[in-house]
Amino acid sequence: MTPRTPLSFYGAPLPGVDTAELQGKLIVIEGPDCVGRTTQINRLRGWLENQGHAVLDTGMARSALAGKGIQQAKEGNTFGPLTMTLFYATDFADRLENEIIPALRAGFVVLTDRYIFSLMARAIARGADRAWIEQVAGFALVPHVVYYLRAEVKDLVTRVVVGRGAFDYWESGMDLRFGADMHESFVRYQSRIIRALDRMAARHGFVIIDASRNPDEIFRDLQQRISQLFAPPRGRGAAQKAARDG
Amino acid sequence: MALFVPNRNPGKLIVVEGIDGSGKSTQLSLLSHWLRSQGVAVAFSEWNSSPLVRDTTRRGKKKQLFTPTTFSLIHATDFADRTERYILPMLKAGAVVCADRYAFTAFARDVSRGVSRKWVRNLYRFAIRPNLAFYFRVPLEVALGRILGGRTAIKYYEAGMDLGLSRHIEESFRIFQGRILEEYEAMAEEMGFFVIDATRSIEEQQREMREIVEQQLGESLRSEVLRLQWMTSGDTPYAA
Repeated sequence: MTPRTPLSFYGAPLPGVDTAELQGKLIVIEGPDCVGRTTQINRLRGWLENQGHAVLDTGMARSALAGKGIQQAKEGNTFGPLTMTLFYATDFADRLENEIIPALRAGFVVLTDRYIFSLMARAIARGADRAWIEQVAGFALVPHVVYYLRAEVKDLVTRVVVGRGAFDYWESGMDLRFGADMHESFVRYQSRIIRALDRMAARHGFVIIDASRNPDEIFRDLQQRISQLFAPPRGRGAAQKAARDG
Repeated sequence: MALFVPNRNPGKLIVVEGIDGSGKSTQLSLLSHWLRSQGVAVAFSEWNSSPLVRDTTRRGKKKQLFTPTTFSLIHATDFADRTERYILPMLKAGAVVCADRYAFTAFARDVSRGVSRKWVRNLYRFAIRPNLAFYFRVPLEVALGRILGGRTAIKYYEAGMDLGLSRHIEESFRIFQGRILEEYEAMAEEMGFFVIDATRSIEEQQREMREIVEQQLGESLRSEVLRLQWMTSGDTPYAA
């Protein structure tokens, strides 16, 4: 066995987690709404499983603890910005502690549809203090890699129009009260999200994937990059492994 | 980074803190009765009472889903909802908001659960800074006597059973409350608590609370906060 560098936390570590035990890979797919993350994750999952990797996929508002609560809150008309941020942080913490970390301990590949970065971008787009939210989300593990599916707002608009056929209230940031025009609001809100993600990309070393291309090209790009992630490290151990595998 | 947001609103925020069985809720209730009787518009907010978060908290408790981190975050979510939808608008309207437990409860409880002190303090940075924070100081044995003598059952998380301190719920409760008490004591000075000796009679404690309110906020209560206009002036100390 080649020793691995243990994963670390962005800030204060979670109580009771020994990162040396985490043997799996944590792969994050980030990007704004409607950029095509889910499509890619579904395809990557099938491909990785064919390669013999056990895969856990997870995404926002899917936690056993807070998923339903968030859904209910979104259906009402009184979801304030701080409350929303912290509810999503609760959801994320529940999935991190009860799904992601146990899966990593068991050697799974964890594919996560968004991570703390979307959570932080949404908070920042709603006026939250950057340092505050970064510290709040500091209990997150630093992933092995973050693929940032990047597109311009006009690409997102095309996907909404052609794909879904309607603008969604929350994806349009209607709670920010830019105005009654959903398209206009969507453009302004998603521009803020993209700006916030771009800043994080530079700071946290995201791998930027051009998501304006067609889904097949994006998939091949991701496949190639993820393959490298699993390539044996160079050196004596690698040669042995190559020999064994070859 | 500063802890809390200064209260720049016409309303005032009064909070009570202390371990279970310290008598703080009784005292706050008496205080708010008195303020109302003076014609002051009073609003009341209780820890862990947001309707938006209620189902989630209930689910977590019932199925024992909480970790120290999610327990801390769901209470912060609850607090954020009450701040955004209730406490802040009430303060803007000029009400005297009386809060039964505030961010300090999280500072004491979550740290007792092993959550980082620095992290949880940052988490509540959006909270409005109270104008007055009362801390009801009581020895552990006195508080335990009041709780264990009176109520039927202690709840799982209240007793810190999730921490595995003891298999016996009463013993776990005792250890956990002891830790919380230590946290309160450690922050009392830093947070500028007005410390009330909660072993004295209810009447004595209430008298002291009212004196402190008059001394610290008397002027604002007469001139700044929202008051019921029809209360006759002249017959109360806080008449405009």
